[in-house]
Amino acid sequence: MSGAAERIRSDWRSVGERWRRAPKWMRWAVLAAVVLFFYALPNKEFYQYLGPIPTTGSNFGQVLFTVSIYVLLAVGLNIVVGFAGLLDLGYFGFFAVGAYTVAVLTSPSSDLKTHWPWLAVVPLAVALTMISGISLGTPTLRLRGDYLAIVTLGFAEMIRIAATSSTFLKGQRGFNQIPHPPGEYADGKPVFGVLDARPYYWLVLTLIILVVFGVRNLTRSRVGRAWVSIREDEDAAQLMGVPTFKFKLWAFAAGAAIGGLAGALYAGKVNFVNSQNFELLNSIIILAAVILGGSGNIVGAIVGGGLVAYLIERFRGIELFGWELYEFRFLFFGVVLVVMMIFRPEGLIPNRRRAAEFKDRRKEVSVGG
Amino acid sequence: MDFNGLFSNFGELTTTGLTQGAIYALVALGYTLVYGVLKLINFAHSEVFIAGAFAAIWTWSALGLNQDSVVNGVGSIIMYLGVAMVVAALASAVTASVIERVAYRPLRKRNAPPLAFLITAIGASIAISELFGIWTDRRPEGVPNLISIKPLFTIAGTPIRPIELLIVGSALVMMVGLDIFINRTRFGRGIRAVAQDPNTAALMGVNKDRIILLVFIAGGAMAGVAGLLYDIRIGALSYSVGFLLGLKAFTAAVLGGIGNLRGALLGGLLLGLVENYASGLIGSQWKDFAAFAVLVVLLMFRPTGLLGESLGRARA
Amino acid sequence: MRQRIARTIGGVALVALVASGAACSGSGGDDGAAGGEACGSKIAFFGALTGSSAALGINENNGVKLAVDKYNKANPDCKVEQVELDSQGSPDQAPQLAQQAIDDEKILGLVGPAYSGESEAANPFFSDAGLVHITPSATNPTLAQQKWKTFFRAVGNDLTQGPAAGKYIKDVLKAEKVYVIDDQSAYGVGLADEVKKLLGAAVVGSDKVQGEGKQTDFSASVTKVKSSGATVLFYGGYYQEAGLIRKQLTGAGVTATLVAGDGVNDPAYIASAGQTAAEGTILTCPCQPAAKAKGNFAADYQALNGVAPGTYSDSAYDAANILLAGIKAGKTTREGLLEFVKGYTGEGVAATYKFTETGELDPAQVKIWAYKVTGGQVVPDQEIPKS
Repeated sequence: MSGAAERIRSDWRSVGERWRRAPKWMRWAVLAAVVLFFYALPNKEFYQYLGPIPTTGSNFGQVLFTVSIYVLLAVGLNIVVGFAGLLDLGYFGFFAVGAYTVAVLTSPSSDLKTHWPWLAVVPLAVALTMISGISLGTPTLRLRGDYLAIVTLGFAEMIRIAATSSTFLKGQRGFNQIPHPPGEYADGKPVFGVLDARPYYWLVLTLIILVVFGVRNLTRSRVGRAWVSIREDEDAAQLMGVPTFKFKLWAFAAGAAIGGLAGALYAGKVNFVNSQNFELLNSIIILAAVILGGSGNIVGAIVGGGLVAYLIERFRGIELFGWELYEFRFLFFGVVLVVMMIFRPEGLIPNRRRAAEFKDRRKEVSVGG
Repeated sequence: MDFNGLFSNFGELTTTGLTQGAIYALVALGYTLVYGVLKLINFAHSEVFIAGAFAAIWTWSALGLNQDSVVNGVGSIIMYLGVAMVVAALASAVTASVIERVAYRPLRKRNAPPLAFLITAIGASIAISELFGIWTDRRPEGVPNLISIKPLFTIAGTPIRPIELLIVGSALVMMVGLDIFINRTRFGRGIRAVAQDPNTAALMGVNKDRIILLVFIAGGAMAGVAGLLYDIRIGALSYSVGFLLGLKAFTAAVLGGIGNLRGALLGGLLLGLVENYASGLIGSQWKDFAAFAVLVVLLMFRPTGLLGESLGRARA
Repeated sequence: MRQRIARTIGGVALVALVASGAACSGSGGDDGAAGGEACGSKIAFFGALTGSSAALGINENNGVKLAVDKYNKANPDCKVEQVELDSQGSPDQAPQLAQQAIDDEKILGLVGPAYSGESEAANPFFSDAGLVHITPSATNPTLAQQKWKTFFRAVGNDLTQGPAAGKYIKDVLKAEKVYVIDDQSAYGVGLADEVKKLLGAAVVGSDKVQGEGKQTDFSASVTKVKSSGATVLFYGGYYQEAGLIRKQLTGAGVTATLVAGDGVNDPAYIASAGQTAAEGTILTCPCQPAAKAKGNFAADYQALNGVAPGTYSDSAYDAANILLAGIKAGKTTREGLLEFVKGYTGEGVAATYKFTETGELDPAQVKIWAYKVTGGQVVPDQEIPKS
């Protein structure tokens, strides 16, 4: 049993090795094929040939949109958790700030009655979430890891309660008729309509690619090296002259901005935002997704975010021994988290340096343990 | 702001706040103990609490009580409470030790980073809570009326009911018992030793795994009793209430200074009061908001909580 | 050694998990196209079947199940299938499910969405696709004002039930001091606001609590009710919290009468409050007593689902029957069924149905009754006259 597991593990490693050794053009070609695949995915003409992959209990195109939002969130949270090593349990709070900014400024049911177009509000939503990230981070980032976790959790809860209870944010009645993104086809039909989820998905996918390129460049710059040094040993980084607080704040703000972007996109698609959208469980699901995928690795975060959001939906409408599997999805989710952490704590697709850190730790198992 | 609402109800808001706070404190002890020894936020502790709370209800229904039963006679009330308390404490202790054995120990063996512990804890918490949800059909279960609702006496116009005395009283007794256990017994010395320096303690011949298991069992028993007290105070139990209560209890532990037993008591009581005063002043819907706001503000000014963190160093 | 055993067991569990994942993936993907025939038509239920707001959805789904079951027994050679769409009551699950229902061309009509929030997210889809849907429980008045073409509501909205509850408190209970609590849900706030408007100065105080099981300790609210000296407490919200509030009120020695809307009209309310505490609670409901029209609905429901009917089970049953009547009458296209529902008039177990232009239940048909909890049963008290 454990032999088989070992073999899978070593096969997996050799795949990784071969990938890194492959010539550059080949890597680009594979990457292009993968991107093309995901652009083609929501077309029924394409996905009907994919066998068990499309969801059966809910519309696949719509599910893909949800999945893409989760992927975007995972990429954002990965900056905070994976690169800078800051434990943020309330990341979904930023998503809420983004969505509510759009809702308040565009919806006719808002008290402000500004009725701004969606596109004009998106940059504002991103900026506002970034500011909220900085203003939350400034006092709290001086705290140690566990305290940061509980404070961010508290922050997300506070946002949810404020959304539910303040009259300005409308609680469960929410904001309706939030405008869609602009754009028309030649025949005058809007590109971003109600029934077709594909344009939204393509929009998010494109933004994910842009964000990923931005983040990748960032991590290979001075900023990225500073983050890794903070994650590995904050005191040592400080001693070597890295302004740790400043870079932690940067990570927090960048993560928050991406969360806000996701929120703004979501609001533009669903046209309705109310307090029921922001359960604490969502924050935890995204954190778990990042860690499952392999924190510190952008590809890992993407895979984690995508898989978790997709699998939860994939369970829908499936019966096994007369039991509706969907009912058990969170039970499975919990069990998978435990099993995964025991057998592969570095995640499905770990960051190489991070995996080395894990190996180091494993060697120094403490006495008496 | 309804100052009148706060002041005219001040006495009653205080007693009910302290009662809820005592329950927070008991659960907070479990977080604090585990954190003090392992430096680990045991997120699954909320489910340890739920296990005790359900165990108490199921014990009563096994004894033939349902939510409409009225029990008369002090003797039988004490019997029912006592039996359920033992079962609840046992159930929670077993749950806690299973979590430690299955979810945490394998990670400890390979010296996994703190993040991995946190994720297993969250996974275990979700899984256990879902199990209870599926088991109970996601419906709340009622609690029998064991304790008379007639006030015993009044202090400055505020009636004191037996249930409030029972809850605060048993919380205090448990707390003092735990304090003695940690500070005066051999096992307690072991716990403090591991909390201070696990590796040195191991070298000195302390069985680390046994001590850790002991910590989970002690924390679990406290949570089990808290579960029973929660049942009789709230009157019904549903599978999903653990998460928020656990979060509050953890907040209480951090408020008082995590790792510090007396801090947990202080933090719990304080949190109960803050919530109730906020409910009186601005409205019940804001009580959780107030609780978290106090936590955030406090951590900014006193990053180690009110009494500071120390399990090993407490009067060592 | 022991470690290896533990790892093996874990591995087996993992493999079992993966295997089950593979097994289930085989079973999906049999959605055929082609509509237009009565046989094999489907009607769907859209609402929360899991998650914290599931209880209401389960009640309704069971009601739909009963209607479909009866229909299939009466028409064994031409059965109708029921599809369940579990939204967990959350607006962000709604779009993908709404579209799923639209994609399945055999689905001719839909009962739901159950809540107002998910309705906001899902109804534009149905309207665009022309898929008729009758909600048994989303009572936010604004839903009918958004020019959706396919929206129908099988119950009165908050604007009809709220004032009736207020009138009952004023005229029958003759209360001079009333305290109002709501759970901040669209439904609860809607009711509470109407009651407050009608009672005016008689309302001596109000408070808000958190719904959906997020709050269980109501001691602060109880304290406020107690010190306000109110003789009646109106609660806008659902039974889960109402049961706890009633129990905790009684526990604190408060004897004020609890008045609540149909969201509390569920056996689980009496179960969680306990019979003694629940005694005397007044529940208003835009539904008629069993003796009037219900026939053996309750018994049949119990027989099929193994539990007694709860809140909105009857409206969901009626809504499903309206759709089924259309299918029976040969309206086996979406357009046909939509037209059929628009022109429908008929008697159900909960009310007489006829819809207005905007899809509201015709106000003349809405009858609000007051029920009283007596001896652990919900017993009809009296009809509350309109204005």
